Amino acid sequence: MIKQERMQIIKQQEIAKHIFELTVQGELANEMAEPGQFVHIRVADSFEPLLRRPISVASIDLEASQFTMIYRAEGRGTQLLAEKRPGDTLDVLGPLGHGFPVEEAQKKAYLIGGGIGVPPLYELAKQLNARGIETVHILGFESKQAVFYEDKFRDLGDTHIATVDGSHGTQGFVTHILNELPTDFDTYYSCGPTAMLEAVQWAYPQKKGFLSYEQRMGCGIGACFACVCRTTKSETDYIKVCSDGPVFPAGVVIS
Amino acid sequence: MTDLTVKLPGLDLKNPIMPASGCFGFGKEYAQLYDLSQLGAIMIKATTVETRLGNPTPRVAETASGMLNAIGLQNPGLEKVTGQELPWLEQYDVPIIANVAGTTMEDYVEVAKAISQAPNVRALEINISCPNVKQGGITFGTDPDVARELTRAVKEVSSVPVYIKLSPNVTNIVSIAKAVEEGGADGITMINTLLGMRMDTKTGRPIIANITGGLSGPAIKPVALRMVYEVSQHTKLPIIGMGGVTNVDDVIDFLSAGASAVAVGTANFVNPFVCPEIIGQLPERLHELGFDSVEQLVGRSHRL
Repeated sequence: MIKQERMQIIKQQEIAKHIFELTVQGELANEMAEPGQFVHIRVADSFEPLLRRPISVASIDLEASQFTMIYRAEGRGTQLLAEKRPGDTLDVLGPLGHGFPVEEAQKKAYLIGGGIGVPPLYELAKQLNARGIETVHILGFESKQAVFYEDKFRDLGDTHIATVDGSHGTQGFVTHILNELPTDFDTYYSCGPTAMLEAVQWAYPQKKGFLSYEQRMGCGIGACFACVCRTTKSETDYIKVCSDGPVFPAGVVIS
Repeated sequence: MTDLTVKLPGLDLKNPIMPASGCFGFGKEYAQLYDLSQLGAIMIKATTVETRLGNPTPRVAETASGMLNAIGLQNPGLEKVTGQELPWLEQYDVPIIANVAGTTMEDYVEVAKAISQAPNVRALEINISCPNVKQGGITFGTDPDVARELTRAVKEVSSVPVYIKLSPNVTNIVSIAKAVEEGGADGITMINTLLGMRMDTKTGRPIIANITGGLSGPAIKPVALRMVYEVSQHTKLPIIGMGGVTNVDDVIDFLSAGASAVAVGTANFVNPFVCPEIIGQLPERLHELGFDSVEQLVGRSHRL
């Protein structure tokens, strides 16, 4: 069920260049179910900035009624969010959207992420591992300074890192790593820039895949029709990223 | 006991607060959050004859205390709205104001005739002011003669009272208001969004794919208030006021300026519970200001 709650900030720290990890506590955390869902955060009680910010959930701790988000502080809203401190409260609406279907993987899954698309894959990896699925993580970042959670992913499975400038791991994009890896997996999950999602889809046309998309949002719950995408299923309809997604099966979204 | 009720043509409102068209879909999303029967009314999303896909994305951009949108009247079309959306809303004890849009006068007439017969539709809001569609929309709302003629045509076929939604993107809004009054309108809703744009500073390109969009949110409240104040002095028609309403004091301001009821738009995106919250706060705020009823406030600025 969607809730709006003033959640308490438990932890906030910069874990890579301009990348922040933020943990909050409250009842709303108990509603979290699927990896890949997101929350909509009001970063200021004033009207500047006005709209909420959609932020993906990186890990869920149901026992402690907490969840953790990882975001890049780059615009006015996320910079204000980065100024919040433990003990402060935060206006959170969520959980929103439909996440990655963990039950679709059989034995081995590839988790492919780019930049700020990496965080939701961490909770996904945890849940897949808990179900006995082997996970391989292929993660792309701009540079070594932007890399985060490498060790945490390694604890859960084989992990490969690509950086655009080659300062860490393989130089280039995640597709450079994918070209070198076997295709002995049954399901892939991906989150990141649309161009990356396209490339991943092209790389594995025969495989079952699930992709998480991004789009500018208004309401975050499906009422405003701002965050739509065209779909291969119908010429006369759009799908809404916020409420129909953000995760869609591969081959559905026309980007 | 503070009296929140408001009586308007076709509308027996338990309170003066309603979500504005385009900001509430057809109610389903917000029904997950609270009981829609609490609302004074619901202005549903614009309905056109055929299914409408709307504009390319990006469709929204944030601005200082506001937002730009260019959704482009995306909706499932008349048949689905009357066959699915409106019947679904019947489970709630709330009057529906159906927003009617089109590209030709015949479109408006066709939608108005059919949708006004739905059992829970108590009034129409004729959208002659959408800035985001190339044909129809605002072109009907900027010429007094065309606005008058369209009002007459819709009034002739509608089985419920007709409210005309005015655009702020005109030189003289009073002349448009007078024209729709002559055309037989039962009321006015105002204002629609202000035409605006925003650039991507890095690339120099407009952010909205449609180039321009409609500005809404707290940034436009002073413009909306001024227009409600002006129009309410020059027509006898009741006004449902809107434009940047975010809290109970904004509602008081619109009522004071001459509105009989108030719609909340963009604020629903910022705080999805804003409408029930305002409704809950209204009695105490009225009492603090020394009023026993909403109706005592309507147009009080003109009496001072």
